[in-house]
Amino acid sequence: MASGRGSTRRLPENDSSIAYVQMDGLAVMKMVKHSHEESTGNMEVAQGALLGLVVENCLEITNCFPFPKPNDESMDEEEYQLAMMRRLRRVNVDHFHVGWYQSADVGNFLSLPLLESQYHYQTSIEESVVVIYDTQKTARGFLTVKAYRLTPQAIQMYKDNEFTPEALRNLKIGYESLFLEVPIVIKNSHLTNIMLSELADMIPEEDGSKFLDLGTASVLEGQLRCLMDRVDELNQEAIKFNRYQQQVIRQQQDKHRFLQKRSQENAARQAKDEPPLPEEDLNKLFRPIPVPQRLNPMIVSGQINTYSQHISQFCSQSLAKLYITQALQTAKEGKAAP
Amino acid sequence: MALSTTVKVHPVVLFQIVDAYERRNADAHRVIGTLLGTVDKGVVDVTNCFCVPHKEYEDQVEAELNYAMDLYDLNRRVNTQEAIVGWWATGNEVTSHSSVIHEYYARECNNPIHLTLDTTLQGTRMGIRAYVNVPIGVPGGKSGCMFTPVNVEITCYEPEVVGVQLCQKTVTLSKKTVEPMLDLAQVAEASQKLTSLLDSVLAYVEDVLAGRTQPDNAVGRALLDMVNSVPKMTPEEFENMFNSNIKDLLMVITLSQLVKTQLQLNEKLTLLTTL
Repeated sequence: MASGRGSTRRLPENDSSIAYVQMDGLAVMKMVKHSHEESTGNMEVAQGALLGLVVENCLEITNCFPFPKPNDESMDEEEYQLAMMRRLRRVNVDHFHVGWYQSADVGNFLSLPLLESQYHYQTSIEESVVVIYDTQKTARGFLTVKAYRLTPQAIQMYKDNEFTPEALRNLKIGYESLFLEVPIVIKNSHLTNIMLSELADMIPEEDGSKFLDLGTASVLEGQLRCLMDRVDELNQEAIKFNRYQQQVIRQQQDKHRFLQKRSQENAARQAKDEPPLPEEDLNKLFRPIPVPQRLNPMIVSGQINTYSQHISQFCSQSLAKLYITQALQTAKEGKAAP
Repeated sequence: MALSTTVKVHPVVLFQIVDAYERRNADAHRVIGTLLGTVDKGVVDVTNCFCVPHKEYEDQVEAELNYAMDLYDLNRRVNTQEAIVGWWATGNEVTSHSSVIHEYYARECNNPIHLTLDTTLQGTRMGIRAYVNVPIGVPGGKSGCMFTPVNVEITCYEPEVVGVQLCQKTVTLSKKTVEPMLDLAQVAEASQKLTSLLDSVLAYVEDVLAGRTQPDNAVGRALLDMVNSVPKMTPEEFENMFNSNIKDLLMVITLSQLVKTQLQLNEKLTLLTTL
């Protein structure tokens, strides 16, 4: 890994062919620390930049640094990034900006600002990814980092900036084909492995066994509540769309009636040998109703999808734990009986 | 004098030091940098660090202090609570150059900590040591300072433990890469770990009963606590609790799958309508 670092040039790939993302333990730990500190502080998302290199079809992430909070006026974000990268270059850290990371609650990350940022990143840097780190799941004991890229269709859609149903149908895009998940592997150098074996002696044993916990109610409650909120939102969007459809139908009926009346009048006038009424522009009389944008419902559907997946996973895992307990109980009863 | 200082280090710091050492310039034998963290009543909590470029010659040391100040400022924008608490260096021993650098850091903060990480692996271990600077000498005579070792502990936030545990898997695997694991696999692994722990406890109890090992009162009391902490339930109570939990979970699973199917339908329907 060390030999390829300085000499690999990034070739522009038009076929965004990143097969997997390889992260250094250091980048993972820094992300964890930053997200944890943000979440205990003020419940905002933690964001930062990812630095690394592209090697063939793998995106290597070797370091990362956090972004300051957006309401900090004293320094522009661009300036901060440039200053940081210049300094890191002095100590031979890879300074290619290959993506960004964000922490999320329950892995729920799909939102308009995120789409926009990833779109800008991907158009300027071909291979960039956004890494989402799930705070809640990691707190329960499962380290969850996922890397996502926008699909080419999503990029096309964003470029056109048209979110009507026809445009979406042409591009064959749905809430499931917005993002493409890229598998992540974690790699550590040999020296880091040595350090980890030292650490293993020093960390107390009991930490990190929380995922055998049987209590499911609190987590489920929170997740279900978020799910209900989103479903409500989607419902509103659906109502809007239905209302639009009804309006269009009514408008068409009105147009039809007007045309009929027109032709009747014209026929009557012809019978009386009078010139027919001039053709009027229908569009001026019946202004076309704007189609509601489908972007928001699509995002909300994507969020609901993520929530449902997480809930199913969580429930299946809790079922497994409950069955383990049952097995233990039957063993205990079997022993106690005779 | 704060000789009872304990230094608590987070794993991120160690990762960063090793990484900086691996990326050092070809002619450098040592790397140094600043330690950031908080001090609370004699316990120094080191949460972050960064590397500072420096050069060492025979009789003098040059370190880019402007760089250090800049990076510290940049870091403060992200995390206002981290302050300079000391400095770190790789290598096995404290050299004379170290005292010069330490003086500089003494100007930046009160009672700086010096942390060394032995990346040269002397004695086949990577030793983590911390020192505090203590003035010594006889009154009226020449006085100097001495680096006195203090205790080092590793401490982690909850999620950091999880991260470290995952990274530790790369130590044993032959291809040196690991993927974040699926839920069920992790539950299975945790239960296996628990089983092995239980086995060792059982082996100890057997040994004591057979008279092979001396019984230890503290261990005995801990065992009694543990056995008593298993909740006592009649079989019917257990059945009830078990069944109701299973029913709840199954219902939630059904509902979420239903939601997913409905979403798909909704999507297809809205796209199908042509007006």
